[in-house]
Amino acid sequence: MVHDRILLSHGSGGKLSYQLIQEVFLKAFNNEYLSPLNDQAIFHLPTSRLAFTTDSYVVNPIFFPGGDIGKLSVCGTINDLAVGGAKPLYLSASFIIEEGILVEELKGIVNSMAQTAYHAGVKIITGDTKVVEKGKGDKLFINTSGIGVIQQDIHLSPLSIRPGDMILVSGSVGDHGIAVMTHREGIHMEIPVESDCAPLHELVHTVTSQSDGIRAMRDPTRGGLATTLNELASSSGCGMIIRENDIPVKEEVKGACEILGFDPLYLANEGKLIAIVSKDSASVVLDAMRKDPRGKDAALIGTVVDRPQGKVLLETSIGNKRILDMLSGEQLPRIC
Amino acid sequence: MKYIDEFRQKGIAHGILQKIHDISRKRVTIMEICGTHTHTISRYGIRNSLPPHVRLISGPGCPVCVTSPGDINRIIEFCKREKDTIIATFGDMMRVPGSESSLQEQKAMGKDIRVVYSPLGALDIATANPEKEVILYAVGFETTVPTIAVTILLAREKGIRNLSAFALHKLTPPAMKALLDSGEIDLHGFLCPGHVTAIIGAGAYKFLAEDYHAPCVVAGFEPLDAIHGIYMLIRQLEENRTEIEIQYKRVVTWEGNTKAQKIIEEVFEICDSNWRGIGMIPVSGLKLKSTFADFDAEKKFSLENTANEDLRGCACGDVLKGLITPGQCSFFGKTCTPETPIGPCMVSFEGTCAAYYKYNLSHVLHPPLTPYASS
Repeated sequence: MVHDRILLSHGSGGKLSYQLIQEVFLKAFNNEYLSPLNDQAIFHLPTSRLAFTTDSYVVNPIFFPGGDIGKLSVCGTINDLAVGGAKPLYLSASFIIEEGILVEELKGIVNSMAQTAYHAGVKIITGDTKVVEKGKGDKLFINTSGIGVIQQDIHLSPLSIRPGDMILVSGSVGDHGIAVMTHREGIHMEIPVESDCAPLHELVHTVTSQSDGIRAMRDPTRGGLATTLNELASSSGCGMIIRENDIPVKEEVKGACEILGFDPLYLANEGKLIAIVSKDSASVVLDAMRKDPRGKDAALIGTVVDRPQGKVLLETSIGNKRILDMLSGEQLPRIC
Repeated sequence: MKYIDEFRQKGIAHGILQKIHDISRKRVTIMEICGTHTHTISRYGIRNSLPPHVRLISGPGCPVCVTSPGDINRIIEFCKREKDTIIATFGDMMRVPGSESSLQEQKAMGKDIRVVYSPLGALDIATANPEKEVILYAVGFETTVPTIAVTILLAREKGIRNLSAFALHKLTPPAMKALLDSGEIDLHGFLCPGHVTAIIGAGAYKFLAEDYHAPCVVAGFEPLDAIHGIYMLIRQLEENRTEIEIQYKRVVTWEGNTKAQKIIEEVFEICDSNWRGIGMIPVSGLKLKSTFADFDAEKKFSLENTANEDLRGCACGDVLKGLITPGQCSFFGKTCTPETPIGPCMVSFEGTCAAYYKYNLSHVLHPPLTPYASS
């Protein structure tokens, strides 16, 4: 590229836009659907049961320990498809770029997206680029949408949750929130925390192929484990009891939460899975999770109960019970 | 050693709770002064685990909550009027509603208001923005004051002239005295704040035992600390002792942190202070000494006095004095929730209403869970 920084002209639709698309985006994402650079991508799908999702990414800073906004934008959309039982196939990617960002930074992020998509076996097949004036954006915002296919025999829904079911989580909670927050605020940690940002579809495939007792799955992003469980409790009409002592939280995350006044149960995760499974299949699913590197710290954290309906209770580390409410207000802005 | 988990052990907690049930005979009311204690007690469900005749009430120990409405209005009015200023504040102060607006609303309307995690963050902002005036909205008890003092000393040392503090610091022991002097509540003892006492020393409460016959226990903030502190207080009350005891011995001494005390004395002097709900309490605040007038936002700018009235019907004042529990306020959980707070006690992480709303089972469970019972 001739220029080191993105200029408004890179969004003009003219020569510089063409150069940007050729040298940055197409170079990284190249595939048979994208390369004709049509206004749309045209493709065949092997089934009629599809999952479709979209998400925007505004994380600040755009590079953080364990990932960057590009990796996050691919993983986040893959995960939204995966927790519905879908095999993710195709993504779109739209970029809103602030004038002045270094082309090298943009390339780093785009390559990170390409690598994440390649390893996950998904293709980025259509996209868009806009440039806004300096001060009208904050470096880079990305929107990705995704399409996945669902096998006929997989039917996951909170409406299938029943009292007596078990609640599993695939690993430690709070890593992403603390990684982004401490990096953004320049808080030096003795043991730095890395984001758990990762695609979950392989872990989902592993567990769904081992057991048909999975009722529902979610990835606890913004609002954390506590908020996601409240959403599941509310939509299923069941209650939930989880045990604080059984919820995996890394020591360094616990330490950071104590210092900064955060609760790890409300912090965002970007590579964790919550699964509600029938009582009989809990041990099979837990074993399957633990055999996968993404689920090696998986734990059985609680049970579904009939009341209080739509609420989540926490058995605290000292054994008393209290309500575990949804996140109120904004614990951390622009975390994903 | 897992330093956090050691103080959250289920077996030990139940052992101490059992002891409380074994020795407790008298009907007593204990006030936890500190908002962090209120939070711990609520978060770990400790209130429900005590014998029914032991009543724990929350005191005026959340710095956001005790800041008077007038002082909140003053910073908001200042912020509306002045251009080219940056307000640096602790996160909780952002959402506290004044009479007409909040700092959060002012930020949404384009004012430059930034959250800092340490007062030193304001120093960094001032250094990076030499063309703007940076005002540190300095609320907090004795725990926060040394770091504010150090920030001001550093600003002077580095020749940073565009930083000043709007100091609204409050002192704990005079508020405890004012509560007892008011005669409005029948209190039998205090669970005293661990970190405030780490600075001022447990000796600061001596007058409460000697003149008011109120036993005090200085406790830490982990659940085992709080339960152990409550046990020590109940033991004093059952044995008719009136002493100042320290449960939080790993941090608190009788003398306190004398180095921090010297730094405070260098920068601040004692003044009367206006507390939400309680009103003006003599010698209960700190203001910058005249030698630091250049760093005193009240002297540097005109921060006019404004209306100092609570919203009609908001019972935060009575909650702060321990006269009522949050559930007795007609707004609680109905129009006043953490999403739409009416009073400051619902805003702050350490606020009594926020802690009761967030953790208390009684507003979702009918009937409530059976309290811990001795077997």
